[in-house]
Amino acid sequence: MFPFRIPIKDWISAAVDYLVSEFGVVFDGFSNFVYFIVNNLKDGMLFLHPLILIAIIAFLAWRLAGWQIALFSIIGLLLTENIGLWVPFVETLALVLTAEILVMVVGLPLGIYSARSDKANAIIRPILDFMQTMPAFVYLIPAVMFFGLGLVPGVVATFVFALPPLIRLTNLGIRQVPKELVEAADAFGATNMQKLLKVQIPVAKPTIMAGVNQSIMLGLSMVVIAAMIGAGGVGTNVLRGIQRLQVGEGFEAGLAVVILAIILDRMTAGFGQRKKTA
Amino acid sequence: MKEKIVVKNLSKIFGRQPSKALDALAKGKSKTEILKELKHVVGVQDVSFTVYEREIFVLMGLSGSGKSTLERLLNRLHEPTGGEIIIDGTDITKLNHKELREFRQKNFCGMVFQNFAILPHRTVLENVEFGLELQGIDKETRRERAMKMIKQVGLDGNENSLPAELSGGMQQRVGLARGLAVDANIMLMDEAFSALDPLIRRQMQDELLELQNKMQKTIVFVTHDLDEAFRLGDRIAIMKDGRIEQIGTAEEIISKPASDYVRAFVEDMNRAAVLTAGSIMEPVRERAFPGDGPRTILRKIRKNNLTGIIMTDTRRELKGYVRAQELVDYLNKHKDQEKVPFDEKLLHEPTTVDKDMPLNEVINIYNDNEFGPLVVIDQDKRVEGVIVKGAIISALSDDDEQLTESPLPEPDAAESQDQPEEQK
Repeated sequence: MFPFRIPIKDWISAAVDYLVSEFGVVFDGFSNFVYFIVNNLKDGMLFLHPLILIAIIAFLAWRLAGWQIALFSIIGLLLTENIGLWVPFVETLALVLTAEILVMVVGLPLGIYSARSDKANAIIRPILDFMQTMPAFVYLIPAVMFFGLGLVPGVVATFVFALPPLIRLTNLGIRQVPKELVEAADAFGATNMQKLLKVQIPVAKPTIMAGVNQSIMLGLSMVVIAAMIGAGGVGTNVLRGIQRLQVGEGFEAGLAVVILAIILDRMTAGFGQRKKTA
Repeated sequence: MKEKIVVKNLSKIFGRQPSKALDALAKGKSKTEILKELKHVVGVQDVSFTVYEREIFVLMGLSGSGKSTLERLLNRLHEPTGGEIIIDGTDITKLNHKELREFRQKNFCGMVFQNFAILPHRTVLENVEFGLELQGIDKETRRERAMKMIKQVGLDGNENSLPAELSGGMQQRVGLARGLAVDANIMLMDEAFSALDPLIRRQMQDELLELQNKMQKTIVFVTHDLDEAFRLGDRIAIMKDGRIEQIGTAEEIISKPASDYVRAFVEDMNRAAVLTAGSIMEPVRERAFPGDGPRTILRKIRKNNLTGIIMTDTRRELKGYVRAQELVDYLNKHKDQEKVPFDEKLLHEPTTVDKDMPLNEVINIYNDNEFGPLVVIDQDKRVEGVIVKGAIISALSDDDEQLTESPLPEPDAAESQDQPEEQK
């Protein structure tokens, strides 16, 4: 139909090549930084005896979500240990937590910024749409090119996938703070920072925590995909199950992901609730 | 009286090019023309007035009249499009951001809102501390001040509750206390009591007046309720289409309405057409029954300190009215007799009014009435209550005194409850 073809693929490839060759140092630095966090987190958790880590997680679950979830954590985690998935389980936990830390560091300020500026919101929103709908496999390629194989590109891919809901819900939460609450703060002569810290963020907290919860859940759903670029963790076991048609092994690994998902979901959901009513 | 807030030619126009719309306004275009041709909304147009120190100044108008916009211009929550706002000699339209913030902290007791606008995640105490906290006052001082204000508004004991645990009236007390806790003297209240149910609203109005006696702030109070405006306002500004139609005391506005709009408004205040006999009557304290001897009847009259008594049968059907003076004369005439029979001649027919009769008709009948109270009856001629002079006066001069049990009855209402003296 057209006598020419728009060379999007060439542009993107050229851009990625350019970035890799010119900014390799930056990516390496970032890569080392992320690796440092995720690896220390993993080693730290593996250094503890499984029973101690289980006790810590159960305690947190009890404080944040009640005794039922604490009990579930103990049973679920003991089961994971029992079926020999403890080490990959901890690796996955470290990966998801690291990605979530990055998501919060980047997502909260961006969410707040887009809530306060309609212009910023107009720019950020389509980018988020793009990030959320672009198939996750697609950005595995540049992630590998920038950061090689292993844990770090896994964290980065998870980060990209998990970032949008936090920005969106932070933005929404702050925009939904009743107008009169903000007016009241203004009328008392609040600075912008006071308004943000004493009114907008506390009132928006349940919504922001829902964003944290959602991004953790999305991060967990990236576990298997990240395993394809060697991120390790339970995802590797799932992948192996698929490749060798070992239904049993695949199911066990999947079960470990589900257990982790339920524990993290209830804990973070409980966090948002607790702040709302306490 | 010292001038506190002086507003000169203040205008507020919402839209992309407000100055263009302001020019059009100056050339005499109307609010609707500007909305149609320039797509700009005129909130407030060319308004000037003065609020004096320590008065309650009420901005009164229907929705869309610009009263809330005008209130928000006073502390520049809305940026004025044109005009001056001079508070204690400072033109606040000229202040920069930082100066404005400091000015608000020093001069405004924040603002009290219709929906309370208190922070849901903070306790009552923490909410009341809010204004002081923003000023960076140390924890001990602000706690002390906040507790004092919480006592002042009658919330002591609730200081550690969360807003969700409080009723609407109590939440608004938190809003009031939060404003009063700040060491400033202008209080802006935007439809502060409009979300409360009528009884609580009435009570809050009384409490505001009482607080104002003690605190002596300058209050600018926005409302759409004329009763409330007249009750609270030392002076009232009636607004329409972003302009002030009339400023004056309640008496001035009722007796000399400045425009047809105000007159139409005030007509609604004519309670005589709205209230009925049933709504202002009082219960019958004591009745005589056919078969009661004259001495028994006299005892009943004396016991209740009446000047006469209504006689009904046991089904409350009206039989007549007995005057104390005639009864005494009658008994004196027959004082040598051991047993005096009741004489039918002593029984008079009192003036009766129907329960649903409007108050203005009741007044006419009352004026022609020769003796005793008006007896209020229902369709079956059963006695429902009586109307005494004081009840009519208080119903006309004040609004709900007969309908609701106010905790603080006003003097004229108190007199009306003095039934026996009025039954002459």
